[in-house]
Amino acid sequence: MTNNNKTRRITLTQFNGGMILTKYHVLAGPEGYLPPAAACQGIRLPEVGWALIEGRHVPEQEALSAIVDKLLSAKRPFFFPGPNLLWEWKDGVAEKASALRKLADTAGARVIPMPDYRPKYPMINPAIEINPNHPNLTIWHNKIDVCVFAGVHCHYANVALKIIRGGTDCYTIAICGEAGHEDANITLRNAGIPQIEALTAMVAERRRLC
Amino acid sequence: MPEQKVVAPEFMFTEAAREEQFITGSEAVREAVRRANVDMAVSYPITPQSESMHLVGDIYAEGYVKDYYRGENEFAVMCSVAGAAMGGVRVFTATGGPGTMRALEMFPTWVGARLPIVCAFFTRGINSPLTIQPDTIEMAHLLDTGMIMLHAEDAQDLYDMILKAFIIAEQTEVHIPVGVFADGFFVTHTRDKVRVAPADIKLPPYKPYSAPVPVMDMENVPFRQMRDPFVMKSNYVSYAAHASWQQEVLAAAERARPFIRQYLGGLVEVENEQADILVLAGGTAVCQSREAIAMAREEGIEAGLIKIKSLRPFPGEELRALTAKAKAVIVPEFNRVGWLSRELRNVVQNPDRVVPGPRVFGGMTMPPDLILAEIRRYARE
Repeated sequence: MTNNNKTRRITLTQFNGGMILTKYHVLAGPEGYLPPAAACQGIRLPEVGWALIEGRHVPEQEALSAIVDKLLSAKRPFFFPGPNLLWEWKDGVAEKASALRKLADTAGARVIPMPDYRPKYPMINPAIEINPNHPNLTIWHNKIDVCVFAGVHCHYANVALKIIRGGTDCYTIAICGEAGHEDANITLRNAGIPQIEALTAMVAERRRLC
Repeated sequence: MPEQKVVAPEFMFTEAAREEQFITGSEAVREAVRRANVDMAVSYPITPQSESMHLVGDIYAEGYVKDYYRGENEFAVMCSVAGAAMGGVRVFTATGGPGTMRALEMFPTWVGARLPIVCAFFTRGINSPLTIQPDTIEMAHLLDTGMIMLHAEDAQDLYDMILKAFIIAEQTEVHIPVGVFADGFFVTHTRDKVRVAPADIKLPPYKPYSAPVPVMDMENVPFRQMRDPFVMKSNYVSYAAHASWQQEVLAAAERARPFIRQYLGGLVEVENEQADILVLAGGTAVCQSREAIAMAREEGIEAGLIKIKSLRPFPGEELRALTAKAKAVIVPEFNRVGWLSRELRNVVQNPDRVVPGPRVFGGMTMPPDLILAEIRRYARE
């Protein structure tokens, strides 16, 4: 793997009245052998009602629109729903999972579920499986250019998102029900059924206009 | 035991009426745990080298803690609290000195498993010949375990930091252990005025289902990955996964910064920061520094104080800004290696300005005169 010039990733560290200013862009990779955690490059999680696009803090609506752009311009978009959506462990999960399925279908995306994080033996079948510890195998095998994480526990999502950014050119989107993910190219936070349904409606509308 | 009402952390920390008690640091631990809605505490009662975990046992008997037992040794205690935390409950324990060293393997394990354990460390000497006297050298060994490290100056800090540590540790995006450090004996065994919230209120319970990892059973990770670890797979993919995992726990500590600012008022506290001679200290070295600065002022010498409250995450940006114009930064420490001055030299411009000392160790006290002598020396230059 080599650094990809098109990513124009910038890390500036300078003294300005004693404060360090860091500008790091969370762009699609491949970023290199071992990309850093975006949080350690000064990227902060968004406040409620806000989101991140490539490390920039933007209003949630702007991120929703950017997600729709990415989904509709992708050649091979995939959704990776995680255990928080695949197991009916509390009220509302089934409805949220159904809403996500509808979004994937409306966007013409395929789905590879991630029902747990167990190691796969003797080896993963990357055509139909994904594991957070080597998501790059699934992305390379399926030539995925845009992927959506939803319902994946935050630790595993972050582990996977960094590996994807390091070794693939896949554009990553996190529809996070908690605080969001700096390591995704686009992240929502506190995302529930309203945000998913809004995305579905926007995708459908864009498809209708096209 | 009175019926305890669950209140918002902000109410507990800032709005609730406080009662002043004249108590030891160990008793301050007891009062913090009493209000912390702790599910389980495990104790190895020797190495905190204080009665703190005995007193937690007392409030278990009163019904404030749901489960409590004595582990076989310090390593067993730290494994036990890990198991409890993986099972989704709020846990507390304490150790210090040789106990910290004996259990050392578990601290990065807690962090890697994203366990929001709160552990109090009452620091003491670790090397042979055996000593039970205060010394902060064990903190040097913990700086790179990945856990959040808060350093209490006195019993009031200890009470406040333990309660706030639970709330910081349990944030979904943070969710790593917090070590609350206090200098053994100086804090644990001396009485001080401590303002505490009413005993009939407690923090909200831990919410394990917002954790960044699943609540554990035998088939889920992280337990499954302890049985089938990355190291068993000798290939690049496994190495990269472990590397990303390590980066993620560093990121988790970074995400703690806003919560430390929110709940502790910042990673540092400063007094008279415009002075061109600054004293940077943590723990009880802060009290001694404050005294030395007052003595210097009586001689017409101005010096400022930076009290460091959070060692991990380290307040690098704050210290770069605060020390930008200082001609000397004196770093008194209760250990022989001077780990705090090393940390400071790594982040400030012109590190030659960092004065690595005075230092005492092995249980010695630090007379303010030692710090005053350094202040005088740099005032003359």
